[in-house]
Amino acid sequence: MTVFEGWWIYVFIAIAGWLATDLWRWLGVLAGNRLRDDSEVLNWVRAVATALVAAVIAKLILYPTGILEHSPLWLRLASVAAGALAFFIGRQKPAIGIVTAIAVLAMGLYALGF
Amino acid sequence: MDESQAIGSGRIWFAAGMRGIFSLPALMLMLSFVGFCAFTAQAGIPVEQVVFMVGAVWALPAKVILVSSMLSGANLLTAFIAVTLSSIRLMPMVAALVPEIRTEKTPTWLLLFLSHFVAITAWVFAMERVQAVPREHRVTFFAGFGITLVLANMLLVVIVYQFVAEFPPIVAGCLFFLTPVYFLASIWKSARHPVIYVAMVTGLAAGPFFYWLAPEFDILLAGVGGGTLAWLAERTWRMRRGVSA
Repeated sequence: MTVFEGWWIYVFIAIAGWLATDLWRWLGVLAGNRLRDDSEVLNWVRAVATALVAAVIAKLILYPTGILEHSPLWLRLASVAAGALAFFIGRQKPAIGIVTAIAVLAMGLYALGF
Repeated sequence: MDESQAIGSGRIWFAAGMRGIFSLPALMLMLSFVGFCAFTAQAGIPVEQVVFMVGAVWALPAKVILVSSMLSGANLLTAFIAVTLSSIRLMPMVAALVPEIRTEKTPTWLLLFLSHFVAITAWVFAMERVQAVPREHRVTFFAGFGITLVLANMLLVVIVYQFVAEFPPIVAGCLFFLTPVYFLASIWKSARHPVIYVAMVTGLAAGPFFYWLAPEFDILLAGVGGGTLAWLAERTWRMRRGVSA
């Protein structure tokens, strides 16, 4: 594929990847420098940042790419639900929730013939 | 404290940050990168470009979108818009982190440089751990962790790239799924403000809702809409109780 050859692709990644992401990080520094760490505005910024990340998470679960694109939605939701249950029963240890969710997904994929 | 002592304790905190590479968040991210590596190898993107991408872009969702744009033959402008829209979330993330780590004396250029190492994992890790670090060493601690994490993942891509294409589909699928599951568990665990729990729940619901309503701007709308709703709800609750933030 010609598109992946030569110096042009590095310019492409630098502009559409590097600049496109660091732009927001720099703006974040400039905005964050004006916030006191006990202000109500910072509390709102925290809420927006967390909700944005949560929305990314929901999309990764509901609309995955690659192999999982072909896996049934109920299996992905059941894996997350089982992981959440184990997480809260296991005194909120992340490893317990993660291992449970992945184990349920792996067994489901295996049973479905992946 | 004289200058040599200050440099000495700076090194100690930089090293303490570096040791974060052996933490659960770093391990999860590295496994997710193996999954990303499988994705790029299947897509036929040469390893040197993948390594460059890891160092230059760093944020995993942004890279997935960049690769998808490259594969669909998008032009530079279209790819830039897709990636930059997905990365707006980095601004409030960095804005929330900066007041936690800087001191009066921290130069802005240093924060601008270090902000490059902010992505979800480093953010979650830093928000969780910096509380235990003396404020004057927090920037150094974050630098140690962030820089090490990026370099380690660039190296990881070089090593695993040649093997990942032959991974069985189950392994590739589970590696991909680690990312969302890990983010869920660690954000919930590391939340130090009540508003985080509310925002997590509203964000999870708002993501699919806005994807259905306006797919081009879903993440942005879900963040601002869901986040503001969460903030209002938590603030109302707090006011009623008469406690401060």
